[in-house]
Amino acid sequence: MDLLNAFVALMNFVVIPASAYGAQLALGALGVTLIYAILRFSNFAHGDTMAFGTMVTILVTWALQGAGLSLGPVPTALLAMPVGIFGAAALVLLTDRAVYRFYRRQKAAPVILVIVSTGLMFIYNGVVRFIIGVDDQSFDDGARFVLSAREFREATGLQEALTLRTSQAITLITAVIVVALLFWFLNRTRTGKSMRAFADNEDLALLSGISPERVVAITWIIVAALATVAGTLYGLDKSFKPFTYFQLLLPIFASAIVGGLGSPVGAIVGGFVIAFSEVTVTYAFKKVLVYLLPDGWGPDGLVQLLGTDYKFAVSFAILVIVLLFRPTGLFRGKSG
Amino acid sequence: MSGSGYGDRGNKDRSITRPGGGTMRVGTASGVHPLPRDDTAPFLIGERMTGGYGKGADILHDCTIGVDPGEIAVIVGPNGAGKSTAMKAVFGMLDLRGGAVRLEGEDITALSPQDRVARGMAFVPQTSNIFTSMTVEENLEMGAFLRRDDIRGTMAQVYDLFPILKDKRRQAAGELSGGQRQQVAVGRALMTQPRVLMLDEPTAGVSPIVMDELFDRIIEVARTGISILMVEQNARQALEIADKGYVLVQGSNAFTGTGADLLADDDVRRSFLGG
Repeated sequence: MDLLNAFVALMNFVVIPASAYGAQLALGALGVTLIYAILRFSNFAHGDTMAFGTMVTILVTWALQGAGLSLGPVPTALLAMPVGIFGAAALVLLTDRAVYRFYRRQKAAPVILVIVSTGLMFIYNGVVRFIIGVDDQSFDDGARFVLSAREFREATGLQEALTLRTSQAITLITAVIVVALLFWFLNRTRTGKSMRAFADNEDLALLSGISPERVVAITWIIVAALATVAGTLYGLDKSFKPFTYFQLLLPIFASAIVGGLGSPVGAIVGGFVIAFSEVTVTYAFKKVLVYLLPDGWGPDGLVQLLGTDYKFAVSFAILVIVLLFRPTGLFRGKSG
Repeated sequence: MSGSGYGDRGNKDRSITRPGGGTMRVGTASGVHPLPRDDTAPFLIGERMTGGYGKGADILHDCTIGVDPGEIAVIVGPNGAGKSTAMKAVFGMLDLRGGAVRLEGEDITALSPQDRVARGMAFVPQTSNIFTSMTVEENLEMGAFLRRDDIRGTMAQVYDLFPILKDKRRQAAGELSGGQRQQVAVGRALMTQPRVLMLDEPTAGVSPIVMDELFDRIIEVARTGISILMVEQNARQALEIADKGYVLVQGSNAFTGTGADLLADDDVRRSFLGG
């Protein structure tokens, strides 16, 4: 029984939250990795692209809620997400037209584009704060739990409870669908293959008649969609605050680099590696250990390796370790 | 790129930027005037081409290269003679300052390389001529990207020409041997159903046996009525299969003739074929 309790506690406090967080990071990292593969630079404005898409989603959600529309137990934000994707896509396409295209024409080195994206990061950042404010925004509605603590306890009779929040369930389901769609698109469709061809060998893609501007535009649209979905899911799961999204840039880049920049599979694996490390290292294992160890052997302290305030240090540490020992990432990305 | 102010000097951080972007440039045809249509000239001809890369010095001087349907034309010459440059000029990747390129008598000097692909010209670069991370079949599909019709017939023809590719069609092209990679590269170019196939040193880096095999395949392609324009290091073997040979020296035509004539020519033999 104690073993079961320990298992449930671990599931409840580590596995489920880390899976949801990992899925959000994976979606974010996929966007970063696609830009790296096709436009050949690290897009530092990605976190704020997520914030922008999420902001549009939130505004539309509020409007829908105001009009009395809802999806029942499912958050209204899912209904608003397509508009958010559209908004983010419009933003990045406009940016590409006005800014990035100029540097592409100059055949500017990728490092220039990195700096450009940093500038855009600050601009997006300011725009989002200007429109929606700097505070926490809540836009979650519908049923809060798929499986609540009380239901679980009553059903199993265990001391520990396994809870599954609606946002976590939706995160996981949405992530699976989005990733499946993305891989189908990249591997099965003509346009997706032309994107891979362009990422592989730009000159030969040109000689085959693949239009670079079209590939770039489609990439931005997909990235905007991924960013908005990731941002909205994160917002539903935690909360929306522009600064948090700016901070998300670090774990997202860590995920993409750990998996191997330019490798979509790597981005997904990297997302889960970072999320599980972050949650495991900052979780207080006292409760689990008390169940597992014989009576009276339980630890006095919290058995928490790092305070949650230091969670970003975890992504950073993993990033450094991977770059030292396997610079191209776990899945042999295109860097290096 | 140097001097543009947007260079990559000192940047070695590959976790931030990815090297190896596009290097292909589109040539301009400054100072070139359209010529009247001429139906007696060869099917594809780069006539009296003069020019170089960008604003640099001229590499080609009054260089003329031409090929007729079903023919194999070979460009040979010593290192640095401008063989590849001449071919790139025909394909529109050079800044021409004189002369013209005509396809079927029509002046295409001002067209971009991509437009020339759409007109039925296919180009196989010397290096980086396949999509290494994609399967053989995907490589062929990408070759046919511009086509909207059914490509299965052409793909079957390519597989007939290079049976080994059919066995390996689900394998990543980057995992193949050098000779097989060249077959993929030629196959990709053939997928556009070109009328002219331009090959930049197709046998570079492959073994002599594979080289003979590749030449046989190239002859087969030419028999289907496709014009072949080819730059070759292995001058003797190449001239043996050539209908037309162009010997370039310092960017100019030194000798021109049929392959057999050039092989028989004492001067050519002594200077370029080692006696």
